[in-house]
Amino acid sequence: MLLLIQYTLIFSSVLILVALGGCISEHSGVINLGLEGIMVIGALGGALMMRFCSTTSPFVMVLLVILAAIVFGVAYSSLLAVACINFKADQTLVGTALNLLGTAAATVLVKAINTAMNPDDHSSEIEYVRARKMFIVNINGFEFNWFMLIAVIAVIVVAVMLYKTKFGLRLMACGEHPQAADSVGINVYKMRWAGVLLSGAFGGLGGICYILAGVSIWKFENGVAGFGFLALAVMIFGQWKPGRIALAALLFGLFRALSNTYIGFPALAALNLPSNVYNMMPYIVSLIVLALTSKNSRAPKAEGIPYDKGSR
Amino acid sequence: MKKVLKNPGVQTFVASIICIILGLLIGYIVLLLINPEGAAESILNVIKNFFTWSKPKTQLKQFGNTLAKTMPLLMCSLSILFAYKVGLFNIGVAGQYVAGSCACLYAALAWGWGWLPCMLFAIVAGAVLGAVVGLLKSYCNVNEVISGIMLNWISLYTANTVLSKVKEVASPYTMYLDDINPSALLPNVGLDAVFSKNKYVTIAIPLALLIAIAISIILNKTRLGYELKATGSNKNAAKYSGMKENRNIVLTLVIAGGLAGLGASMLYQTGYMRWECTQSSVPSMGFNGIAAAFLGGLNPIGAIFSSFFIQHITDGGQYVNTNFYSSQISDLISSVIIYLCGFVLFIKLSMTKMISRSEDRQIQRQRAAAAGSGKDGDK
Repeated sequence: MLLLIQYTLIFSSVLILVALGGCISEHSGVINLGLEGIMVIGALGGALMMRFCSTTSPFVMVLLVILAAIVFGVAYSSLLAVACINFKADQTLVGTALNLLGTAAATVLVKAINTAMNPDDHSSEIEYVRARKMFIVNINGFEFNWFMLIAVIAVIVVAVMLYKTKFGLRLMACGEHPQAADSVGINVYKMRWAGVLLSGAFGGLGGICYILAGVSIWKFENGVAGFGFLALAVMIFGQWKPGRIALAALLFGLFRALSNTYIGFPALAALNLPSNVYNMMPYIVSLIVLALTSKNSRAPKAEGIPYDKGSR
Repeated sequence: MKKVLKNPGVQTFVASIICIILGLLIGYIVLLLINPEGAAESILNVIKNFFTWSKPKTQLKQFGNTLAKTMPLLMCSLSILFAYKVGLFNIGVAGQYVAGSCACLYAALAWGWGWLPCMLFAIVAGAVLGAVVGLLKSYCNVNEVISGIMLNWISLYTANTVLSKVKEVASPYTMYLDDINPSALLPNVGLDAVFSKNKYVTIAIPLALLIAIAISIILNKTRLGYELKATGSNKNAAKYSGMKENRNIVLTLVIAGGLAGLGASMLYQTGYMRWECTQSSVPSMGFNGIAAAFLGGLNPIGAIFSSFFIQHITDGGQYVNTNFYSSQISDLISSVIIYLCGFVLFIKLSMTKMISRSEDRQIQRQRAAAAGSGKDGDK
């Protein structure tokens, strides 16, 4: 039971971070479908830091890894920003390209590093047993991960930012009616850049959080198994509002955690379902939830439409 | 020259070539950064693919392998572009492809069906999955990208579960079609002899090319095609002019799903590949289809060439020097190409702008010359 709570909380943290990223980007008017790829690249940044940084202070390590993930995520998301904001590219297409590119680039890079260190090593794995321990505080068998706290803080910060600050309200104006925002002197392009880069930062954080969730070795060929898209489903279910996103993430996190821990529950194990059924659960649930909630969706009105100063 | 460049088809072609060259260049730079020593040779091998073999006979055989894998890719890219013309981004093509693989392999291995029923079953499976996305989109307003992705994972895990009933005991792969049920293999119709006895070259190749042409005709020459495209460009206008817009959305995704399912049967029923029941990610065929569709300028005939090119460099990836590099470099190149395809519109726009600007200048010059000669006449 403790294990289920632990996994639920950590997977929810991942979903919260990434979904908040998606939420900020969409409020600025850009659909960030590349979150999956951004997660992979963020995870890569963090994993490389964990692999090559030999500090013994947990505080410094946690800080450096988080910084690395954010920097990688932001840098990678700028690819989406430049294509979709400045060159008015199809946001779905570019997002998809970034997802494919993220996994391919991470695999090529990690393999190259591994091979350079040891000519016989052609794997795409990075191992971080020592560093992972620094992220975790063991409380009577419950592994508290610092990312759980970060996720809670992130929800509060984003909620305050979006609804209580000048920046947040302007950002949302750019996603609802960019022409109106422009007419009162807001630079729509700048605001959208800010939205996409912030979503890159959150996506990167979510990525490193995901690979730290349960394991201490990561194979980059696998990407992040659709978690970026799951986060988008969480965001839609949460109706683009930070508070609701947190609740939705808890629900999705629970189902994801069940697939890791169902063997520990005699009642579930007795059903004797193949493990694939539990793997499918989060996706099936999100599909049903989306079918029920999308009818009166409160999506930002101008999302997905490149801003054109000349159009009315 | 300018007249030729004004043609939108030519513009698309030029833009695609620019994307390819830039993609390969970036791939080359990545190889250089990893290890400058063998980079040039490796990138050339990626481009050469089967030409890296010295014997013409082996070349021909490897060419056959690439062709056999091009056809499913072509089907996936047709599926993408067909839906895209109707304003839908069918990212669920990967899942529809998985559903098709699951259907045809299970029917062939467990029920012993012949090749044609298996193929039809694969089409139906893909179409059903497409219909689910279409119904969710038209009646529940669920974004087709999100529902498509969710269905990709659902169908992957379903296929893994279903197909593990027909897998080999000792390995995670499904049983060989040749051993269990050779009648489910697609007929070669003499094509294998042309490609140095490559048994994977089957009826799938002419069939796929015919379907590409058929899709082109449906989209451009039939009432159905126009109706679907009209629904895509403005759903409300289509409804206003008496089209059943929801039916059209569902129908589009059914056709797109069927194409993806057919693509799966064209690969798995040649016996070239077997399903791995423990795979943890959706086969990349569907996603490469996106690359092929956009690289081909969203034109069914263009898709034939772009599919071949994408498959060509994907296969070429295995000929890089694996002492330094990994074969995923070709995935990297094709994903860079998809990314650059986002700029195609911009490239085309700037081409048109450049041409019209130089034309303006020419007209001005002519006018100036005419005015000048007029003055001469006055004297």
